[in-house]
Amino acid sequence: MQAKVYVTLKKGVHDPQGEAVRHTLGSMGHKGISGVRVGKYIEVTLAEMPKEKAEAELKEICEKLLANTVIESYRYDIEGQG
Amino acid sequence: MTSKVKDKVSTMKFGIIVFPGSNCDHDCRHVVTKVLGQEAQFIWHKERDLCGSDCVILPGGFSYGDYLRSGAMAACSPIMDAVKGFAAEGGLVIGICNGFQILQEAGLLPGALMRNDNLKFICRDVSVHVERTDTPFTCACRSGEVLRIPIAHMDGNFFADKKLITRMEKQRQLVLRYCDEEGNVAEEYNPNGSMEAVAGLVNDAGNVLGMMPHPERCSESQLGNTDGIKIFKSIVQWTKDRR
Repeated sequence: MQAKVYVTLKKGVHDPQGEAVRHTLGSMGHKGISGVRVGKYIEVTLAEMPKEKAEAELKEICEKLLANTVIESYRYDIEGQG
Repeated sequence: MTSKVKDKVSTMKFGIIVFPGSNCDHDCRHVVTKVLGQEAQFIWHKERDLCGSDCVILPGGFSYGDYLRSGAMAACSPIMDAVKGFAAEGGLVIGICNGFQILQEAGLLPGALMRNDNLKFICRDVSVHVERTDTPFTCACRSGEVLRIPIAHMDGNFFADKKLITRMEKQRQLVLRYCDEEGNVAEEYNPNGSMEAVAGLVNDAGNVLGMMPHPERCSESQLGNTDGIKIFKSIVQWTKDRR
């Protein structure tokens, strides 16, 4: 089974990369764009297991490695059998 | 023979943790052994024992190529359980640059180090103000001393939420702050956007220090600057005073 993990900066955490992208978009003529936030998308392939178990495992790997919860939040979608 | 035994007792043993991608490990060993005459051992990150080290150094570099987040993978290395146990018992731990990032990722120091606010890798000398001299890492400095030390990093922009900053200030955990050559702390002397111009900080108990500047790169007169040696001398002095 596969999980799609999205790691994004928490609200209120300054994102200089997003700000630079927004600025470039503005200079490309996209005047209506008021904000860009850059995050990470991670695909995780897991052994087949009940969805509840997969959720518990994903939560643990997000908390312990994939996200730094001081500055980032995460969410995930699990696909496949459950 | 007698004097040799005596030397052994008074010599400190530094444990320098080597992660894949560490690149300041040899510089640190050179300073503590050749300049300060102490002992040092390299400890590969897959080990689980600190082998009797009196102080642990997490050196600078690019552990795991800075993949995912600087220090994130190294913080999960097997040796880090031993480092956590050592720190919990009051052992001295210093993390320099990438070592600082690893200590935060491992939860041994509060806050996070984010991408520099100008999005650039910054490599130059900076001035840092020593905010307190009653720590194991700054006790050889003069009160209010300004140290000139190089930085070389992409992710040194210190972040913590307001509540945490207030608590850390109250507990005097912000030990080094970016400043001008006279010691004035102001936004224009802050190279990377760090909150409160933080260049280095200690944990609650004061036995774990993280700092972005590289003291091992300015610890010999041949290099034109010896300000960095004060950090290592402090550790040795502090330890000897307590033996």
